[in-house]
Amino acid sequence: MNAQPSLSVDGAEALTEPVVRLERIERSFGVVQALRGISLALKPGRALALVGESGCGKTTCARIIARMDEPTAGKMYFRGRDITHPGGKAGEAAYRRAVQMVFQDPFASLNPVFSVQHHLARPLKLHGHARSKAEEVSGVAHLLASVGLDPAITAAKFPHELSGGQRQRVNIARALAVRPDVLVADEPTSMLDVSIRLGILELLSNIKRERQLALLYITHDIATAAHVAEEVIVMFAGQMVEWGDTETVIRHARHPYTKLLLSAVPDPDRPFVPGDSARFLGHAEEVRRISRPASDTIEQVGSNHFIRALGA
Amino acid sequence: MSSGLKLFLRQKKAVAGFIIIVALCLMALLAPVLAPGDPAQRVGRSHQPPTAEHVFGTTKMGRDVYAQFVWGARPSLAVGFATGLAITAIGTAIGLIAGYFGGRTDAVLDLTTNAVLVIPNIPLLILLASFAGTVGPMAIMAIIALTSWPWGARMTRAQTLSLKNREFIVAARMVGEPWWRIIFVEILPNLVPLIGINLVGSIIYAIVAQTTLEYLGFGDPLNVTWGTMLYNAQNSSAIIVGAWWDIGAPALGIAIVGLGLALLNFTFDEIANPQLRSGPALSRWLRLNRLRARELRAVR
Amino acid sequence: MNAPLLRIQNLDVDYLTDGGAFRAVKNVSFDIGRGELFGLAGESGCGKSTIAYAITRLSKPPAWVAGGQVLLDDQDLLKLSETALQKVRWRRIGMVFQSAMNSLNPLMRVAAQFHDVLARHTGATRAQSRARAEEMFKLVGISPTRLDDYPYQFSGGMRQRIVIAICLALQPELIIMDEPTTALDVVVQREILEQVIDLQRSHGFSVLFITHDLHLMAQLCHRVGVMLKGELVEVGDVRQVSRAPAHEYTRKLWGSIPQLPGHGAAA
Repeated sequence: MNAQPSLSVDGAEALTEPVVRLERIERSFGVVQALRGISLALKPGRALALVGESGCGKTTCARIIARMDEPTAGKMYFRGRDITHPGGKAGEAAYRRAVQMVFQDPFASLNPVFSVQHHLARPLKLHGHARSKAEEVSGVAHLLASVGLDPAITAAKFPHELSGGQRQRVNIARALAVRPDVLVADEPTSMLDVSIRLGILELLSNIKRERQLALLYITHDIATAAHVAEEVIVMFAGQMVEWGDTETVIRHARHPYTKLLLSAVPDPDRPFVPGDSARFLGHAEEVRRISRPASDTIEQVGSNHFIRALGA
Repeated sequence: MSSGLKLFLRQKKAVAGFIIIVALCLMALLAPVLAPGDPAQRVGRSHQPPTAEHVFGTTKMGRDVYAQFVWGARPSLAVGFATGLAITAIGTAIGLIAGYFGGRTDAVLDLTTNAVLVIPNIPLLILLASFAGTVGPMAIMAIIALTSWPWGARMTRAQTLSLKNREFIVAARMVGEPWWRIIFVEILPNLVPLIGINLVGSIIYAIVAQTTLEYLGFGDPLNVTWGTMLYNAQNSSAIIVGAWWDIGAPALGIAIVGLGLALLNFTFDEIANPQLRSGPALSRWLRLNRLRARELRAVR
Repeated sequence: MNAPLLRIQNLDVDYLTDGGAFRAVKNVSFDIGRGELFGLAGESGCGKSTIAYAITRLSKPPAWVAGGQVLLDDQDLLKLSETALQKVRWRRIGMVFQSAMNSLNPLMRVAAQFHDVLARHTGATRAQSRARAEEMFKLVGISPTRLDDYPYQFSGGMRQRIVIAICLALQPELIIMDEPTTALDVVVQREILEQVIDLQRSHGFSVLFITHDLHLMAQLCHRVGVMLKGELVEVGDVRQVSRAPAHEYTRKLWGSIPQLPGHGAAA
């Protein structure tokens, strides 16, 4: 791959070919520039976290990768082939098989009129992984077990009979039923209780390792990113502002926005001090103001640590 | 889904409505048993009030109103139900397709829907009927069905649009479901309460529209239906003469059908919106709440 | 020491379902002092929101308050008539709900919504409401020129601040906040809560803060309570409950929260 400080998030192991690669992707809606200069690579067995507040463009990015949206500029590669613009039906179908998504809302992601069995059997049937009723049943049981649910109890249940965490596990199982190479998880734990998030994140990590999936983990909670992803990209106002090795970025954040984000993560050892709000609000506003303008200058501040210089 | 059946049985209004409709349908089916003979036969003197022999009295022509009522239920209900079904089927199909596919398909269907919606129904029916002379039940059914579907189509389209973007539909697409499965297997079951409301409303509308046409004289006067009963009664100045039973029987029939269907309609609303459900627990809560409120006011 | 502002004693709340009564809140007792920030934590379904609604008797079916007392300055709110209770709601106890940003009327300008609340509870005139609204907007850091905007013109976080502003306009003694920042980003969350802390210090109201985020609670509150399946399993000073939790469940809850690496290394 590139030897010079590259725009893509290739760490030391830049040897494996990425499954999906984005190069300077842009997406505008009329005059609104939702994404600009996005470059990233999703590699088998590795997870990449996209972190940012709502409106930063991370969901737009996820939608482009999941082929629910098209970029207005830039290039997208799938296994080395340029797929920026929709190709033939076969090509699109192959991409669909390879890239699956888990959505934020565990409640809305399942059809209320069908059982878990139906939800999981359908993808198995559609992609030829189960050719008989018996294979369907055993396939579903296997899937449920692999996400930590008991098939005997869960398969026959309907969505409203499951807890939020269980529903999300079923959603993950459904994505896995297609046997994808890339899993895009769009804020998979935001709507779940804080205490069960770790369980879901661990599950995603295990799946990534066992099946050598490329995982794109999208979140606004940078603390969870550290538990899942080896690499992180911090986004703001449609741009990547800081990216690289997760632990390095978090421990040695350089961009003002990243530092702001980290300072806002609830820390039980640093209680709020009354009288401080004006300072914090002023600071937050200032950081947002200086981070917003577009900039094309990238600085490399570590072996796998890059920041975008502040724009004019 | 036996839980669905249990839910249904718990709604007293729905069960009442269901019983009414079933009773009327049975009555129509068993017409040869309940009122043997030809309902168009002269059986007594004209405009006799109800007696033990003729429980609903007789018409101006001396026909048994009860027999006419029982036999007349057949075409009135049959055409009404069939037409209601047709209206719902057309409206749902159009709404689903327009809502799911969007784009130009939607624009074309939307235009068609609005065009047909704006056409005033009854005047159009009268116009078409007057060109055709007298119209038999099939023609009436076709005319009503082809002019009344827009309302249901719009409701269905709106609901489809909102469902189309729900995550479980997007997930189905991502997993690779073909479009026809998404429409008919994933989306349609979620529209059932809406379709139910649409169906019941359409049946009521169809029965009333059919009766209106026949009352105005566009039906076949030789056919015995509730509508033609009203037409004949009107022509023989039944009300002026004081023969209330002549108008009363068919009017009552229509009112009871309407009542039964309206009661059934509540169920679909309640299935669609669990918050409207009035199970025994909710009644208990409301009762306890009233008692407590009274107690607290008294203490003051 | 001052007597507590709110005393919840042996509160029981049942859910009346078609299958029988299910006790969602079991014999819960705790106090909230004047000017105190009390946090109530627990997982979904533990009953914490149920308690919040029960305090001001806003419980919707099937929730039914079966027993206990809610003493506001020694007056049992559960025994007040509806008219007497109207005087307590909003004027003495304010509420900020989970989806509070959606509880603003989308068809009314913000100034009108202030007036709606103020007129009903204090008989204020339009001019008086407006003056008060401007004051409150300044307090929560929103430009008073935006008073004539509609709710949709504000972001989610700003709408939440508007709701808090309306709440504070009546100068309540206690504000119940039920997961007020759950749907918001961390930075916005911190902005809002920093302001709440400041206002709490300057106005002296108490806060009942309900959340499932223990870390947030530890940052914000003076005292906390932990709930599990309808029971209050631990209650005490925030330092003690976070550093040395007495109950098994509290320990488990603390241990299950994702933390930043090099915890404490944030800027």
